[in-house]
Amino acid sequence: MFRYIAGRLLESIVVLLVVSFAVYGLIGLMPGDPIDLMVQGDPNLTPEDAKRLKALYGLDQPIIDRYLAWLGNAAQGDFGYSRNHGQPVLDVIGSRIGNTIFLLGISLILSLAIAIPIGIYAALRPYSPLDYAINMFCFAGISIPPFWLALLLIILFSVTLGWLPAGGMATVGASGLLDRLEHAVLPVAALTIASVGSFTRFMRASMIQTLRQDYIRTARAKGVSTTRMVTHHALQNALIPLVTVIALSFGTLFSGALITETMFSWLGMGKMIYDAILGNDYNLALVGLMIATVLTLAGNFLADIGYVWLDPRVTIASRADKR
Amino acid sequence: MADKPIRNFFRYWMCALALVCGLAIAPPAFAAKDTLVIGISQFPRNFNPNIESMLAKSYVLAMARRQITIYDPNWKLICLLCTELPTYKNGRAKNEKTADGKDGIAVTYSLLPQAVWGDGTPITVKDVLFTWQAGRHKQSGFGNSELFERITSIDVIDDKTFTLHVNKRTCDFAGISGLELLPAHIEEANFAEPVEYRKRSAYETDTTNPGLWYGPYRIAEVVSGSHIVLERNPKWWGQKPAFKRIIVKAIENTAALTANLLSGDIDYIAGELGMTVDQALAFEKRAKDKFDFEYKSGLIYEHIDVNLDNPVLADIRMRRALLHAIDRNAINQQLFAGHQPVAHGQTNPLDTVYNPDTPKYAYDPKQAKALLDAAGWSVIKQGIRHNAKGERLQLELMTTAGNKSRELVQQVIQSQLKQVGIDLRLRNEPARVFFGDTVSQRKFPDMVMYAWVSAPQNIPRTTLYSTQVPTPENNWSGQNYPGYRNPVMDKVLDDVETVCEDAPQKKLWHDMQRLYAEDLPALPLYFRANPFIMPKWLKGVTPTGHQFTSPNWVETWTAE
Repeated sequence: MFRYIAGRLLESIVVLLVVSFAVYGLIGLMPGDPIDLMVQGDPNLTPEDAKRLKALYGLDQPIIDRYLAWLGNAAQGDFGYSRNHGQPVLDVIGSRIGNTIFLLGISLILSLAIAIPIGIYAALRPYSPLDYAINMFCFAGISIPPFWLALLLIILFSVTLGWLPAGGMATVGASGLLDRLEHAVLPVAALTIASVGSFTRFMRASMIQTLRQDYIRTARAKGVSTTRMVTHHALQNALIPLVTVIALSFGTLFSGALITETMFSWLGMGKMIYDAILGNDYNLALVGLMIATVLTLAGNFLADIGYVWLDPRVTIASRADKR
Repeated sequence: MADKPIRNFFRYWMCALALVCGLAIAPPAFAAKDTLVIGISQFPRNFNPNIESMLAKSYVLAMARRQITIYDPNWKLICLLCTELPTYKNGRAKNEKTADGKDGIAVTYSLLPQAVWGDGTPITVKDVLFTWQAGRHKQSGFGNSELFERITSIDVIDDKTFTLHVNKRTCDFAGISGLELLPAHIEEANFAEPVEYRKRSAYETDTTNPGLWYGPYRIAEVVSGSHIVLERNPKWWGQKPAFKRIIVKAIENTAALTANLLSGDIDYIAGELGMTVDQALAFEKRAKDKFDFEYKSGLIYEHIDVNLDNPVLADIRMRRALLHAIDRNAINQQLFAGHQPVAHGQTNPLDTVYNPDTPKYAYDPKQAKALLDAAGWSVIKQGIRHNAKGERLQLELMTTAGNKSRELVQQVIQSQLKQVGIDLRLRNEPARVFFGDTVSQRKFPDMVMYAWVSAPQNIPRTTLYSTQVPTPENNWSGQNYPGYRNPVMDKVLDDVETVCEDAPQKKLWHDMQRLYAEDLPALPLYFRANPFIMPKWLKGVTPTGHQFTSPNWVETWTAE
């Protein structure tokens, strides 16, 4: 067990180093730097100003030197300053990550709360009218572009019915939990609708496959009720593929949902990372993406643990051997 | 296959889900009329007025600060923080020689006697001196340092009056909007280490400190990326603003911006940072009963830069033919409902230095064809012109991918040029690549379409002077992207800066516009308009059309 965890940690450090270098290098390869962007927006900036500012921001140095300098500082806990926000990087991320976890966490829980029962229900009646209806809604959820869905929700619930705020995270000046929840309803709904379809499809397919297993047939022959058969025999095995999907979406949970955050003016990680990349805010983009990477790796690790819990035949040792 | 317990489970589960959703839905809170909520499409990256210029910041700071001089909505230079503009006549401007014998000028300003920072500290010459010293420091991180470099010394006459000694005599000496005052009593300590100033400035670390602000409003709350709350500044010395609070919300997606307006989450979409004209026109069709729409054209000059190193385009007949072949009036009428006036040069007709007699190129396909024939493109095969060598008249027009307005204009131009036998190919790139690489390093083979933002009476030195052509030798500095080189234009650009008597200076401005129209280093298209979408109860908003945005007069905004 210890060997397995140590191996995974070492692997993660290497992945992080590679990711940080790749992200830094890729942003550096983009045409123009922050000062070039500044010059485009300010007709009064002279070439001399641009040269002076590039030297001040260290942008006149080769990218490898800049990366090594950043790495050295990061190793000492100094992740730098965000150019886009005028604040230390960790302060910016600290204020965003909670919002993203709140939004995406609720939507993930809701998606699973909807998808698992519906998936089971559809699997129990495959190719029935209800199954077709569920499939249709699933495909609609998967196919509808998120920005369009967000707009539809805003137009229906904010503009037409006037029930919910169209965007933001709270009413300015209000601090209540209810107010915050009201603002979260539409973005959570948009994200849930978008993800519930694929989760349901996974659950349905997995459950159908499980229900065809010999041990289920045996259980049925022994007269086990459908409820008991599903909850005590099939569900655990059917959840294994879903755990993989959830583990893979763990990184997304922290890197945010760009379109939904933009449409609802939700201050999350997705929009922040996107703006940081476009604005050549190296420090912020790097740290944001690295956090997403760390959490994806952590998600995969937790998924491995989850497999062990769901399937007693799997052991940490066997997972380690397979690697 | 399902049995009763499973059915019951689904029933309970559905009820629980409905309850959770229902609990969260409640009527939204609406802003009272003493609060104005403005929607803009960008959030300021920082709040220090001297570090990096960006429109969103200028917009917000216009409510919380007052520049010494600005241009008013009639494009006339006025004092906001000073008592009167310096002129030779009133004795506040005097020619002098610099230490090295060059022509310099001394200009004297008096700050308004009643002007105070939001914490009650008077605004004095001490603040002017501190700002100047900070601006001159190479590591302060100030954007434009030219003004600070030009000022060689400052004489303190009294607490409110000072004389700037400027080492270059130019005609725009009276305007010092670039000298954005900083509160010395707060910022001096933060400037102890100049290289760290941009991070330690109170504008970033203590943005709601009242002592930083001196406009009708002061910034009371900032939620980065979301909104800024401005509250009345009790120390403001001018007309009391009507709104107790102004909330500026950043909503980057314009569809979401309009939805927020319709739902009442915001009251007003700022013209300076809101929708494009085509988006506003589409919205106006649906919502003209609920809102007032005002389109103000201004200093954003849409044009096509022509690569003059390309032998085909180096021929002036070709450039003139292109302009005659493009029906800019039809583009304006059909795509922009007439709100974006045709440009005949880079100087806006609203500018006091505009020359109405500038040569103009009307839509005239016959004339375009004649010019093309004269330029040697007279053989027409399958509708496309060829020259005597059999070369096809094929040009490429590039612009920013995803900019719907520009892409529409591009398609219309393509179709119009086809009518005169020019095969126009379109190739677009993301703005980042387009500006960061293709335009700035002159990698476009033929033509690029984009906009310039300028200021009233802006001397277009960086875009027209022959030494401003970006090359590898000058490390791609300068913005003369067409590669325009004309010694006569260079002379005019030099002189218009320093010949300040009314009549000769007017002639120089007119000569500059005439030369531009004759040489056509760029094909003028139109002046972009800003759509202001206001609730019918909001009065007093006066769009300016230049870089000094409407909130500079926010105290005159009222709810009726």
